[in-house]
Amino acid sequence: MPQSDLARRSPPDPKLFGLRLSRWNRTMLALGLLAIVAAPHLMEDFSVFQLTKAAIYAIAILGLNLLTGFNGQFSLGHGAFYAVGAYTSAILMTSFGMHYALTIPVAALVAFVIGFGFGFPALRLEGLYLALATFALAVAAPQLLKFSALEDFTGGVQGIVVPRPQAPAWTGLSDDAWLYYFTVAWMLALFVLAANLVNARPGRAMKAIRDNPIAASAMGINTPLYKTLTFGVSAAYTGVAGAISAFVVGFVAPDSFTFFLSVALLVGVVVGGIGSVTGAIFGGLFVLYVPNFAEEFAGVFSKGLSWAAYGTILIAIVYLMPSGLAGLVRWLVMRAAQPRQTGD
Amino acid sequence: MKRSSFAFRCPLSLVAGLGMVALASPLAAQEGVTETSIKIGNIVPYSGSASAYGNIGEAGAACFEMINDKGGINGRTVEFVTLDDSYSPPKTVEQTRKLVERERVALLFNILGTPTNSAIHEYVNQRGVPHLFVISGHQKWGQPDKYPWSMGWQPTNAAEAGVYAAYIKSNVDNPKIGVLYQNDDYGKEWYDEFRKGLGDAADDMIVAAEPYESADPSIDSQVVKLASSDANVFLNISLSKFATQSIRKADEIGWKPLHFLNSVSASVGSILEPAGLDKSEGIITAVYLKDPTDPQFADDADRKEWDAWMDKYYPEGDKTNVFNGYAYAACHTLAHVLEQAGDDLSRESIMRSAANIEDLEVPMLLPGVKINTAPDDFYPIESMQLVRFNGQTFERFGEVVSLD
Repeated sequence: MPQSDLARRSPPDPKLFGLRLSRWNRTMLALGLLAIVAAPHLMEDFSVFQLTKAAIYAIAILGLNLLTGFNGQFSLGHGAFYAVGAYTSAILMTSFGMHYALTIPVAALVAFVIGFGFGFPALRLEGLYLALATFALAVAAPQLLKFSALEDFTGGVQGIVVPRPQAPAWTGLSDDAWLYYFTVAWMLALFVLAANLVNARPGRAMKAIRDNPIAASAMGINTPLYKTLTFGVSAAYTGVAGAISAFVVGFVAPDSFTFFLSVALLVGVVVGGIGSVTGAIFGGLFVLYVPNFAEEFAGVFSKGLSWAAYGTILIAIVYLMPSGLAGLVRWLVMRAAQPRQTGD
Repeated sequence: MKRSSFAFRCPLSLVAGLGMVALASPLAAQEGVTETSIKIGNIVPYSGSASAYGNIGEAGAACFEMINDKGGINGRTVEFVTLDDSYSPPKTVEQTRKLVERERVALLFNILGTPTNSAIHEYVNQRGVPHLFVISGHQKWGQPDKYPWSMGWQPTNAAEAGVYAAYIKSNVDNPKIGVLYQNDDYGKEWYDEFRKGLGDAADDMIVAAEPYESADPSIDSQVVKLASSDANVFLNISLSKFATQSIRKADEIGWKPLHFLNSVSASVGSILEPAGLDKSEGIITAVYLKDPTDPQFADDADRKEWDAWMDKYYPEGDKTNVFNGYAYAACHTLAHVLEQAGDDLSRESIMRSAANIEDLEVPMLLPGVKINTAPDDFYPIESMQLVRFNGQTFERFGEVVSLD
């Protein structure tokens, strides 16, 4: 079956159950948004809190996906940018009394600058070497946060207790529901932004560099600039996620941002779908829920086995869904729609 | 990747995501206390960098199983829910909220770690959930005015520092003290408390104080400086490999002071042995638990009972691990609190009972170490006994020192 871009664009929309896909999409988009808005009203606060955390992970994973999926640069160190965002927000709130919402753009900027700066040495490193360099970033981050010269701000090993924001009275929402809407609004805005970015000129340049850097520069793309900028934007996204996590969780400490966080984000990218914007939502849900599921599942046998169960699930997903959960959904839809398209 | 692809994938993904959301929907509410049961929540790291402490949760579960077999507490069986947080504070918050809001436990018990408990400190106190017997030596778990729902258990670092200070003041002629400490809030707090214990004489007695960074490759130069200050007492507030290095270096340069080592580093297997058992001779530290490997307790009644319990309820556990004794003693403390609260197991009543423990002795604490709390005293164990390393094991000497 022809499945190139041209083939899918030139004939009219394929049909699924008698409806055109574009119409399905609009309906589903409306339903999806409705579900997002309705969710806090249908659940207890704890579940809303979990969903909020999943949305935060989704933002961070999208950031990493911009770098890895769309620009072909590996990072095992995004936990460090997450920490930068979280600490920026926590310090601005506790030491300078800034409103939590205002700390997010600042955290994005700080993470962008650091990410952009790290992008320069990254230019000289490819693939595995870049992965190792960013790995160093991830393992160094908790130690730097404990560094005594910075202790007055970072709180050292003890970390910082961040006051959890309260819902404004006019909303009539619980604090958890308020934070959920706040986070989801950021998530949706950043997703739309990312979708526009990757489908516009800069996005095409990013992908061209990923696919063939030599050809890309031959076509006049400023490769170093795009690579460093992508690093910066990717770090900024992850920084925003970290900033939101600081006051949603209510606490930051070096132990919150270990190397494992960086790995979890990378897992989210792969499981959600490399190079898929919406895949990040699956990635976020996976990173949050699957370890919990594995704990309950493995808990029947032994407490120590939960990460073995997690590993098994991970292997199954990578094996069965090579293009991630987003890829699976895409594949299922196309499969269902295809016969009708040919029968048209 | 075409322009249409975002609109195409996004909504379908969202709908598929909803399926996962449905998995997270609330379960039926369950009360923490019924006529026949009480539900207790616990969080320890079963995975991650601190997973060596995971056995505390397993031993706790095994201990309550034994209590249930003996008829429970006031006729109620204990339902012990223990979860893993990998020693990651954000995960601790999530697991705590799960225990409180979904499992609806009556209380939280024996959650491990200073940063992890710090992350939930505000939450449990805002919500009014008993947060009992936190596994951490930090002082912040004993602030009934500010945090009336959180309580520690083990002696604080301040209590231990006080025990050493008291001993030095009354037993050492003309003490000249050299202090080695890790330059973070742990080390600095410890050092401060030690100075407080010495009182006004602190500045005269302490002749040298050398900090080190946890990122330092070696602390040889610090130890040499301390030795050259002519100190005859060495207060060693160092952790893990630095403790090992400092013991070896002091021996190497022939410095033979009265050596106090903070108890978290006083592990024969992981600290003293690598440094050399002969080089460690004479090191003094403070303890409050019976060390299961100590031969002098071989015929001790508690110790035998504990042995039998390990065999029956926790056979896979390690009998040389002192934390299995820790969990056993903490579990008996909680059992006493709940028994004393009687049939009123409201959260207020549980907390009241926890704050009114008088001279309680529980198995596996050293003889003479008693648990005392009051509405203004949220530090259950404040007595310790000094022990000296004789090249094989730690030998107790002197009296149990209480700082109540």
